[in-house]
Amino acid sequence: MTTPILSLEGVSKRFVKPLDTAQKIARLLGSRLEAQVVRAVDGIDLEIAEGEVVGLVGESGCGKSTLGRVVAGIYPPSEGTVRYKGADTATLHGRERRAAELAVQMVFQDPMASLNPRLRVVDIIGEAPVVHGLVTRRDVDAYVCEVMTRVGLDPATRKRYPHQFSGGQRARIGIARALAVNPKVVVCDESTAALDVSIQAQVLNLFMKLREELGLTYLFVSHDLGVVEHIADRVAVMYLGRIVELAPAEELFRKPNHPYTQALLAEVPRLEPKKKTFSALKGELPSPLHPPSGCHFHPRCPFAMPRCKAEKPMLKEVAPGRFSTCHLNDEPAKAA
Amino acid sequence: MTSQPILEVRDLVVEFATRDGVLTAINGVSFHVDRGEVLGLVGESGSGKSVTGLAILGLIDAPGRIASGSILLEGEDLTRMREAQLRRLRGKRLAMIFQDPMTTLNPVLRVDTQMIEAITAHEKVSHKAARAKARDALAKVGIPSPDERLASYPHQFSGGMRQRVAIAIALLHRPALLVADEPTTALDVTIQAQILSEVQTLAQEAGTALVWVTHDLSVVAGLADRVAVMYAGRIVEQGSVADVLENPAHPYTAGLIGSVPSRNRRGVPLSQIPGMTPSLAKLPPGCAFAPRCARADAGCRNDPPVVAFGTARMHRCFHPLVTAEAAA
Repeated sequence: MTTPILSLEGVSKRFVKPLDTAQKIARLLGSRLEAQVVRAVDGIDLEIAEGEVVGLVGESGCGKSTLGRVVAGIYPPSEGTVRYKGADTATLHGRERRAAELAVQMVFQDPMASLNPRLRVVDIIGEAPVVHGLVTRRDVDAYVCEVMTRVGLDPATRKRYPHQFSGGQRARIGIARALAVNPKVVVCDESTAALDVSIQAQVLNLFMKLREELGLTYLFVSHDLGVVEHIADRVAVMYLGRIVELAPAEELFRKPNHPYTQALLAEVPRLEPKKKTFSALKGELPSPLHPPSGCHFHPRCPFAMPRCKAEKPMLKEVAPGRFSTCHLNDEPAKAA
Repeated sequence: MTSQPILEVRDLVVEFATRDGVLTAINGVSFHVDRGEVLGLVGESGSGKSVTGLAILGLIDAPGRIASGSILLEGEDLTRMREAQLRRLRGKRLAMIFQDPMTTLNPVLRVDTQMIEAITAHEKVSHKAARAKARDALAKVGIPSPDERLASYPHQFSGGMRQRVAIAIALLHRPALLVADEPTTALDVTIQAQILSEVQTLAQEAGTALVWVTHDLSVVAGLADRVAVMYAGRIVEQGSVADVLENPAHPYTAGLIGSVPSRNRRGVPLSQIPGMTPSLAKLPPGCAFAPRCARADAGCRNDPPVVAFGTARMHRCFHPLVTAEAAA
């Protein structure tokens, strides 16, 4: 196999809330206060091949957006390495480092929160390519027009401000800004979540068109399983900072292996006019401050065994190309 | 129909006075909901679906007003009632859940204070009895250890739990009608499924009629009995969920269904509706959907009439995908 365009090896991201002064004093006096640590992303291994679309799904708080940001280089990983075309991004310097950073761009969920409301669209899209020397200041206007046309925006509107655009158009501006520096990989963090269905369809089609035209690789972070099923080649399901299942999209949706994936898929409302009795997955996502021992999913899992409480399951290949972290796969009776 | 419907909305028109003139947010909407029935009110942003919900509760404030039409709750016209009469009904015979539960909950009051207030507002019961009732209501919507949770503040609940508290408050007096405005949109699928299942059973047990306002057709598919599709302030199609989703008559409904990713084959571009929802200030003449519609012709510049067809179905289109003869 050729070198994957991106590979994550044991990537973790911890957020620490340090003790304040009062707590430090209390600690000196013998209290057992500890700094609070959230393991938002916990030991992730993932390889993304060139031209592939990988969907990253999970509930809120599972760490999918944090992982997306680590991949895009916004957060440095606390542990582990992120490799771009085989090279560890943390050890690169100078021109190589910048090239690797520019190659991975991100499209955010809320265009209004990620677009500067006081900049004109031409500046929003054109700023980065000028700073990075991709185009000269003189040519930037023509360049922005070209990028805007590519994402289906009218170049005549380039002097306007973000608030003068509709939600779908703002999403396109966010995409145009990411594309302006000629990335190879685009991380989409819930990029269509805020849009109406008919507009969402337009933006998803745009993503697929751009993939074909520019040979892009996508990491598509979403809580919407329907969207991911449609767009992704492979899907990684996350639960409390860990990947619980990784498989080609079609197989994952046809026959999910991990009990969490099974439950998640069962809950997705389908466009089938059938009165459905919603069989609820019990409980809620546990606090990532105090994740359950062993398999994080065991308190909600209908098949939990004593072993699940004690031992952390590893990501294992259960069929060619399919990975799952579940002890059930070791049980001969269940595997049959 | 033998029995009287719980809710009957007739030719409702809601207008908002703005600097750019009067906008008609709802333009002649009619529908009804029977006892124990679930009606899905579907539309995209700006279609008027939420305003319809608010109008039923009498919550349209200036600069908006109900310009004409009637809203009959168990035969009584809500639009003609005075505020004091409405207050007696709200929370008792009709209730609403909002997208953001913090619209319902007061952040500086404990949950028990708020629930007991809601109970004693409509019922002469002792504080103790009201508290017991509040406790039972929380238990019913699936909140673990309700006794302790009663003494919590709203911010101490997770998003899904907060929505449950709001639902518990809405259902306290077993209302005849519950209007739900996208209550699960902000929630995760697993929590959404829990809430849908609970609302479903509660509505069935109490015989509550439910109007479920949403942009998500797939939620309606699993929950509702009938569906009404709104576009630019009008109901463009109405019928049973099975009929509408399997054989949509209005091109907009068909486009909406086609845009849902899971309805499409992987890798194939999604069928999309070109353009975007029109601004209410600049509605095209006649059918508002015509500029985005592949079937439109010059005739669509006239107002399409309501056409009843099939079994209790209607549409507003000159060129429907299902003709009345074919459906008969």
